[in-house]
Amino acid sequence: MQRYDVLVVGGGHNGLVTACYLQRAGLKVAVLEKNGWVGGAATSRELTPGFLYSNCSYVCSLFRPEIMRDLELPRHGLQVVAYEGGAVLTRDGDYLASYRDHDSHRREFARYSKRDAEAYERYARDVTRQCRFIQPLLMRTAPDPFGFRPRDIAEFVYLAKKFGEFSASEMAETLRFWTMSISDFLDEYFETDVIKAYLAISGIIGTALGPMSPGTAYVLLHHYMGEVDGSVGAWGYARGGMGAVTQALASSFIASGGTIRTDAPVAKIFSRGGRTTGVVLENGEEIRANLVVSNADVKRTFLKLVDEADLPEDFVHRVKHFKMRGSSGKVNIALDSLPEFPALPKGSSCIRGDLHFTDTIERMERAYDDWKAGRWSADPMLDAMIPTTLDPTMTSPGKHFMSCFVQYCPPKVEGRDWTDADRTAFAETVVGQIADYSPGFRDRIVHMEVRTPRELEAEVGLTEGNIFQGELTFDQLLFNRPVPGYAQYRSPIAGLYICGSSTHPGGGVMGAPGRNAAMEILRDLKRSPEKMSNAHDVI
Amino acid sequence: MNALTKPANAQDARRAARDHILAPRLETPFHPRLAALDQVNDWYNWAGYKAPHAVFDEELEYFAIRSTAALFDISPMVKYRISGPDAERYLNRLTLRDVRKLGIGRVHYTAWCDDHGHVLDDGTLFRLGEQEFRLCCQERHLPWLLDSDFGLAVDIREETDEIAGLALQGPTSFAVLAAAGFAGADRLKPFDIGNFPHDGGPGCSSVTISRTGFTGDLGYELFVPRAAALSLWDRLWDAGGEHGIRAIGYSALNRTRIEAGFIVANADFVTAEAALRADRVRLPDEIGLDWLVDPNKPHFNGRRAILDARRNQTLKHILVGLEIEGNIPAEHAIVYHRGKREAGLVTAATWSPTAKRNIAIASLERPYGTTFTDDLWVEIYAMRELKYQKMMKRAKIVPRPFVKLARRTATPPGLR
Amino acid sequence: MTSSEPMKAPSATAPHAYDAIVIGAGHNGLAAAAKLGRSGRRVLVLEAANAPGGAARGREFAPGFRSAGLAHLVNRLDPEVARDLGLSLAARPGPAMPTAVLDGEREPAVLRGAYGEAIDGVTAEEAAAFSRLRDKLVFQAGILKRFLRRPPPQLGAIGIGDISTLAAAGFGLIRKGRAEGRDFLRMLLMNVADVADEYLEDDRLKALLAFDATLGIHLGPRSPTSLLGLYYRLTGEVAGKAGGQFIPEGGMAAVAPAFVRAAESAGVTIRCGARVGRILADRGSTRGVILSDGTELTAPVVVSAIHPQATFLHLVDPVETGTGFLRSIRHVRSAGNVAKLDLALSRMPNFDGLSGRDHAGRIVIARSMSHVEDAFNPAKYGEFSPDPVMEIVLPSLADATLAPDGACTLSALIQYAPYRLKMGWESGKPAFLRIVLDILERHAPGIGDTIVAADLATPADIETEYNLPGGHWHHGELQADQLLINRPTGAASGYTTPIEGLYLASAGAHPGGGISGLAGWNAARHILAGDRR
Repeated sequence: MQRYDVLVVGGGHNGLVTACYLQRAGLKVAVLEKNGWVGGAATSRELTPGFLYSNCSYVCSLFRPEIMRDLELPRHGLQVVAYEGGAVLTRDGDYLASYRDHDSHRREFARYSKRDAEAYERYARDVTRQCRFIQPLLMRTAPDPFGFRPRDIAEFVYLAKKFGEFSASEMAETLRFWTMSISDFLDEYFETDVIKAYLAISGIIGTALGPMSPGTAYVLLHHYMGEVDGSVGAWGYARGGMGAVTQALASSFIASGGTIRTDAPVAKIFSRGGRTTGVVLENGEEIRANLVVSNADVKRTFLKLVDEADLPEDFVHRVKHFKMRGSSGKVNIALDSLPEFPALPKGSSCIRGDLHFTDTIERMERAYDDWKAGRWSADPMLDAMIPTTLDPTMTSPGKHFMSCFVQYCPPKVEGRDWTDADRTAFAETVVGQIADYSPGFRDRIVHMEVRTPRELEAEVGLTEGNIFQGELTFDQLLFNRPVPGYAQYRSPIAGLYICGSSTHPGGGVMGAPGRNAAMEILRDLKRSPEKMSNAHDVI
Repeated sequence: MNALTKPANAQDARRAARDHILAPRLETPFHPRLAALDQVNDWYNWAGYKAPHAVFDEELEYFAIRSTAALFDISPMVKYRISGPDAERYLNRLTLRDVRKLGIGRVHYTAWCDDHGHVLDDGTLFRLGEQEFRLCCQERHLPWLLDSDFGLAVDIREETDEIAGLALQGPTSFAVLAAAGFAGADRLKPFDIGNFPHDGGPGCSSVTISRTGFTGDLGYELFVPRAAALSLWDRLWDAGGEHGIRAIGYSALNRTRIEAGFIVANADFVTAEAALRADRVRLPDEIGLDWLVDPNKPHFNGRRAILDARRNQTLKHILVGLEIEGNIPAEHAIVYHRGKREAGLVTAATWSPTAKRNIAIASLERPYGTTFTDDLWVEIYAMRELKYQKMMKRAKIVPRPFVKLARRTATPPGLR
Repeated sequence: MTSSEPMKAPSATAPHAYDAIVIGAGHNGLAAAAKLGRSGRRVLVLEAANAPGGAARGREFAPGFRSAGLAHLVNRLDPEVARDLGLSLAARPGPAMPTAVLDGEREPAVLRGAYGEAIDGVTAEEAAAFSRLRDKLVFQAGILKRFLRRPPPQLGAIGIGDISTLAAAGFGLIRKGRAEGRDFLRMLLMNVADVADEYLEDDRLKALLAFDATLGIHLGPRSPTSLLGLYYRLTGEVAGKAGGQFIPEGGMAAVAPAFVRAAESAGVTIRCGARVGRILADRGSTRGVILSDGTELTAPVVVSAIHPQATFLHLVDPVETGTGFLRSIRHVRSAGNVAKLDLALSRMPNFDGLSGRDHAGRIVIARSMSHVEDAFNPAKYGEFSPDPVMEIVLPSLADATLAPDGACTLSALIQYAPYRLKMGWESGKPAFLRIVLDILERHAPGIGDTIVAADLATPADIETEYNLPGGHWHHGELQADQLLINRPTGAASGYTTPIEGLYLASAGAHPGGGISGLAGWNAARHILAGDRR
């Protein structure tokens, strides 16, 4: 039987990042993936002939450039292209576009309000200031406030110093920012509904919160912290689809000697005497290793894969109450030609960016009210994108693929499981909304894949279909993520680690949890992580 | 709420403006003339407008300013019209200088700060009437200006796009005005404003001329409604032919403004609304604008912070003029004390052809520039055929302006 | 007086008639005045209305029927403030005031003791679970409580007092063990719904927690940070027990006079019918006020115990403060969500399933957390709840003088009734009143026929009646981003303002609203200690 030093359960992007770093540090690592392909939620798949879908995650700007560089991902085929703009189409037949050119962006906002157009500068600066504080935390393990170890104390001193660079009034602002709703925050800058609606989207994507929920201003940061080659806040797209990220990771991993086993679903993670001993696959095959790293979310890891009896009761209790509420769906549409949006000016670059059809915060919040009541939103918030406008290689020339991220979409429909009829009705809501702005849209559809939280859980393994592996609320951030006292990638079982988005700093195709987990594992092994570059200075 | 932020026919105006994206760089009202004269095709983006770095030859354009007359298009400069019964009170709270002392038909240079006393911008304030002002500046401030009007009867309107502006600068600038038939321009003292008849087509019968400028030379700035721009240009151009009039770009102007010791927002200091880092903002006293602060006038934004910083001696920086040995411009060079201790940064530098000195404006960290004023050095890296030539040059703090010209203030102005 | 020196004791040659002028004779203004007066300062309180008391001011809302003001019970009077100022406001001896939760179906769940130490109408396991949760929350609220009795820390100038408070809070946490400490940091900013769901099964108890956490706050139980509202409530105490409530001897009408007596016995002069027109300010410092009749009154210290927005947007010349400051004052979220109903009834109502004795308690109508959440949803869009939740008290049971013999008054706080109602309150008010009366009728059949008069005060009415911008009784949302160093806004937190000599002392300042007296008392102590700035 093959022996490994480390088994990584789940070949999502974070699992692969951890695997790469550990393999490069000289350990013998195997990644065990239940599907016939790796990638988790970052995949490109040909679900209908001739069309490559990023059928799950769709934005690649959060992915840390330090990781791309350490793991030589460009050499393994990763290339990220920035969005060219974006637009919200409004119900009165107009639109609000976002442009990369600073003055065009201002003039576009000024069509609605000169004041808002200029207020945007102050807004962007204030958000960037907050990013400057938070971004360095991404690539660091969150200190435990009750750990009382020198390391935790040193980390708090570091954070205090970082915070100390702020002036008193900025500190007060920071405290406000972290606890405000994105809606209240935007109200302090802007007067125009559609501008607020456009900017609020980043505050709610992926969360089970509405734009009026406190804490969503922070979620905005989570999305704003991305960068494309130093252009902070820019959204980007991986050439070849999101699968390019994980394919590059897999290729880098294999090149450094790692082993990937697909179609190898893990049934159990074993432990004896409080120490992990390996895993058993669903087909009964046992694989032994002293270190197991789970890329699965915290609930799947500790409530399904690990025997509950091996865990402290209060830990299990906390894991059970960890909030992983699916709030989004995805509709992937293959199109035989580029859809037209008559409202948009001919030749405008905004078609090569994200498209939205929700022009007020109230509509967004009402969409959230539907979700709270256990229904999918009757008037959902879409984050649509036609990646083939940036990367025509994903299909044959002239054909297109549209990715529609849909919020909100509950894990259960009014308390019961999803049915196929529900799914069809849900898809119709989405297509109907697009067709309102794009005549003939339905006729262009070649194939459609509809993914509700049910499908996300079944295929990707995300509990309740939560794309962040756990909500980004205060009680689940930093030293609270996923469980207070276990926020440093370790678990109550020695040798068992977690590296997925359930851990700090959370979801998005970022790779930071995977890298931080690798760092902690190497620390426990007393190996120096020499191949890990320091977090880049930001902004 | 301001009329401009919510026009009555908002939806129509909004739709009409949709195609702006097809022309991302705007052309100023004078662009047809500038483009016709332009020889070097060296444009840059000034606040969204196409503006020339140089029109024919930077060096020669400099000499046009200092020895004949130069025309510089200042239309992209941001302009606000501020009017109403409380306009004076409003501006007095907004800006550092005492607006009550600004007479009708006069201009003053001023600056404004946020609540923490950090400078938001500097600019010129024109008093066009008892209740009528124009504020000209480099950066955009509409939200700040609108937020400042709470409880005051004042109307604030941005008029950047509506008003075309031309700077006419140089020793023969008055001669050009006289030849163009602006009778009475001789009576304009520095910082005076006058209205002069001009047939600019429908809706324009006059041009506003102020004796102001950014060159430290004799000079004027002329403002007309956008539609009258070309007729004004032509009137000056036709009259100026015999007085050596030339169109110039920003590079030449920049050299003269350094000679005159003027500062530029977000070049010599970072404005409070642009600064990301808490230590980059500046109090007026830290960028040489202490003389604008009037503690005896009614309350103004930042007053307490500025006076506290003075009283508690917590001012951190100082802006100084430097004269540097040699002739290599020291742009963005680090300033050292005794050749090793970092003391600050040069923010603008040039060789002054008029003073025949190597001059610079620098921001120093106190006590350098206050207690320690001697033994300063700048480290210059001169790129010479793909190799940096590194040199340490002695620098001396000197008063600004570096170039002081009697003709700038002489009234009546000279013709040559 | 310069800001660097502590406030001097009065001298014979003082140029001012008063050492301090307090604007507003609400309970916080009176508490501040009393505290200043007791140190020997000559203090004048100016009140625009014809009687002191502010929102605790009683009024006759129908012939023969009186209401004691906005608040209908006391649940957070600070014992230290009461002791220090000699406030004679005590609960009547006997069992604590119960809280009954009505869901219209089952028998009421009645919480006895301060906050459900015993509960009727639920299972023993559920009562025990509630007890575990209460103990945890009370412990956590106790940590937070340390920060209420002192000014918020001034960032950039953290003092020894701040550090010792923090250290004491930290020590308090550690003493209970790591697990409790970690739980505190985890729960602090949570929503009340998730916490209640983790511990409880019974919808009525969960509904009560949801209601208590959100009453007077523009949040639903599922909004993150909504647990703070419950913590805030549990920092209040009655007779040493957290979470209790009482109606003082003599009824709520006794509240205002108690504060007035405390102030007057401290030598404070209270002038009613004296509306302040302007706070005099010149180049960043104040020297007194001008009344709307033109009278000028000077003093080196002016304490504004009215809403911060009323202070800076109406009384101080805008040019005397900074643009950024005024901007942040204008951004203070202060749109109320609670309507107050006063009913004059010809006889005592009979709520279904409630014993006669429990009618003297607090009655909460809320079926479940979803009921509270669903009631909240419309408020986000400027609509009132079609099925609101409410808290009811029968004031005349505690104070018979409020109603004629045999008759009764009912007071209800009804949520949610947003200040900015899209349809406008003029047409909205009758519609909302009808909804509320229907609900009352369902829970107390026959009550409709006994109504002599109904007086519904919407946030818009409350704004007018009590000069409370937005009609918000906390003088600004009590949410995480408007607390401590951000209450009411960064540059005016800690009672000082950008105008030297002008202080804030209302519920809009730290720590917030409710009849606690803390904001006024803290402000006065801060003034007496000398502004550190």
